Amino acid sequence: MSEKPETSYDFNQKHLLGLADYSREDILHVLEQAKYFREILDRPVPKVPTLRDKTIVNLFYENSTRTRLSFELAQKRMGADVVNFSTSSSSTKKGESLKDTIRNISSMKIDMVVVRHESPGVPHFLTRCVDAAILNAGDGAHEHPTQALLDMFTMQTIYPDLKGKKVAIIGDIAHSRVVRSNIIGLTKLGAKVVLCGPKTFMPVFVEDLGVEVSHNLDETLAWCDIAMALRIQLERQDEGTELFPSLREYHERFGIKLSHLDEYPDFTIMHPGPVNRGVEMESEVADSDRAVILDQVTNGVAVRMAILYLLSGGNRV
Amino acid sequence: MLLKNLKPVSNAHKGEETVNIRVEDGKVIEIGSDLEAQKGEETHNFDGAYVSPGWMDMHIHLREPGYEHKETITTGCDAAAFGGFTAVACMPNTNPPIHTRDVVEYITKKAENLAVDVHPIACVTKDRAGKSIAEMADMQEGGAVAFSDDGDPVADSQVMRVALEYSSMLNAPIINHEEDLALSRPGHMNEGKVATRLGLDGTPGIAEEVMIARDIMLADYTGGHIHVAHISTRNAVDLVRQAKKKGINVTTEVCAHHFDLTDEEIDRQNFDTNFKMHPPLRTQDDVDAMIEGLVDGTIDVICTDHAPHAIEEKEVEFIYAPNGIIGLETAWSITNQQLYKTGKLDLQQLMDKLVYNPRNILNLDVPEIKEGADANLTFFNTDEEWTFDAKNVRSKSKNSPYLDKKLKGRAVGIYNKGQLVLNEIRN
Repeated sequence: MSEKPETSYDFNQKHLLGLADYSREDILHVLEQAKYFREILDRPVPKVPTLRDKTIVNLFYENSTRTRLSFELAQKRMGADVVNFSTSSSSTKKGESLKDTIRNISSMKIDMVVVRHESPGVPHFLTRCVDAAILNAGDGAHEHPTQALLDMFTMQTIYPDLKGKKVAIIGDIAHSRVVRSNIIGLTKLGAKVVLCGPKTFMPVFVEDLGVEVSHNLDETLAWCDIAMALRIQLERQDEGTELFPSLREYHERFGIKLSHLDEYPDFTIMHPGPVNRGVEMESEVADSDRAVILDQVTNGVAVRMAILYLLSGGNRV
Repeated sequence: MLLKNLKPVSNAHKGEETVNIRVEDGKVIEIGSDLEAQKGEETHNFDGAYVSPGWMDMHIHLREPGYEHKETITTGCDAAAFGGFTAVACMPNTNPPIHTRDVVEYITKKAENLAVDVHPIACVTKDRAGKSIAEMADMQEGGAVAFSDDGDPVADSQVMRVALEYSSMLNAPIINHEEDLALSRPGHMNEGKVATRLGLDGTPGIAEEVMIARDIMLADYTGGHIHVAHISTRNAVDLVRQAKKKGINVTTEVCAHHFDLTDEEIDRQNFDTNFKMHPPLRTQDDVDAMIEGLVDGTIDVICTDHAPHAIEEKEVEFIYAPNGIIGLETAWSITNQQLYKTGKLDLQQLMDKLVYNPRNILNLDVPEIKEGADANLTFFNTDEEWTFDAKNVRSKSKNSPYLDKKLKGRAVGIYNKGQLVLNEIRN
């Protein structure tokens, strides 16, 4: 097998700020390339030297376990030099500005920057500060494009063509970056999306994103091919900013239960993690053979390898 | 000094005839179409520009005392003059706030010799804390023209009631930044389609509207004068329109950017923080409502909410960036483009919003263009194309959404307090 995937598609993106900037063809191309890297992950030595001349910095201003590890693993499997910078937004707010930080790091000759931040628009802001390729690893409640790409990749392993497929996204829509990127990506690929959850989790005009809204979990599960539950941000329940009365009531109304699996035998369960067992779904549901939650994690490495490869200058005509 | 080839626009002049105006020691001496320069007399040819009584911006931030790295009284007045304003009223969110007479007098004294008249707006409550009312009468004697806690709206309804009753005795308005903070925090832009798309917490129009509704009812009950600061939503304009019909003592103002730009800009400009201000840019329907409100007289005044911030304060993550943009220097161009060139308002009607109404609301003398009167004049055109680039910013800060934009119509100078300021374009 070669070190690089074969293709003739003219992929012309410099950054991955969000899927809003990517065409249907761009998205399909990334997913197609990811298949090649997914195969590599199953090799005895799951490594390629594709990025051996590249230096990448991972800038994480928010806690993250799986996204940060997934990016780092993807980078190391491709032979890149990797530096990590993790801190909390609140501690840097008082110190050096983000602009100064990124310009200093960039002066050390960095090719790519992976950034996670609590503020929407930070990846866009960084493109105005430095020349490196910027990859959004989550900006506030705006976008989390690699998560949506790995979600779509995982869906494609079940339904190779997502056109007309029915995807339900259940939970805290308002505060989710995962949902926005998924809506953009899925609708570009022709899938139908229904958002399900309490009305207080639905931002105003959310239907304008090209989705429908339901407050009835049973109807939603009966309808969908894929049910993606989102993490309830438990910390918000303590701040006096509650958007629903109790975890108990949430789970009763919107938690996926074992009984649902029998009642609606067709849908597949996804979750971007981390799962609050007993809230978004019963433990047995998360561990059932209907769930592909751990496949999502594995696929995440392959998808990130693909996008890193493409943005490193691979496959530029 | 002879000011030549000017077309007067005022309540008494339609801007149709061209005259020369002789001014001396701050007074208008003579007006006539055939005035000739006397021997050795300083002469300026305005080539057919309009002249009106001096404009007033009744909602700006001069930042002094306390935040001189953003703006000073001097640089703020330079910006005002460049924008054609001969008078400004400055908000009290300084440090210390304008909540005692000595701070009022510090500002008026510092502005004494500047070409622009500076009228402090003093705090409603001590420390702008919203708890107990400040010494309004004393501050008024020191020169304060109105009372406002600016960005910290008076949330306690009883405090607002007392403030309206007390200030009505002084015949001075309470200016409230209308926002129910419980509904709006931690909003970073207008709550709506764009905020939903961008994942930014929104400031809903309803946060502005419920506060206006309350203040209108309190003004009705107390007989006080409520001036609604920087109105920005269609429903808010409707509330003021209905209240005026009932004869309630309410007036309002709109910032130039609110009848020009929409929340789509945050997306289009990739989270540029120079489009972040409070109230936020709203929707096209709201922009249309601002123009309708200006046309039917619901909105009395055009203002800027000129709010300078240093580069390092604005060049940060969107949700950390402070609210506010500078506006003095671009207000006329936006007004010209959006209201005059579109035929919505004629020049005389625009002078109501820029000259007469702000001074009437604040009970200030209104300047006139006539022989023997104080010469308080703004010179402006409607056709000149120019670019508001960094070189031409007179403010100490450059946080403008119009930076590097091509604009139409310009204030070419002012004359006030015996000083002629000519606004040269720097190339």
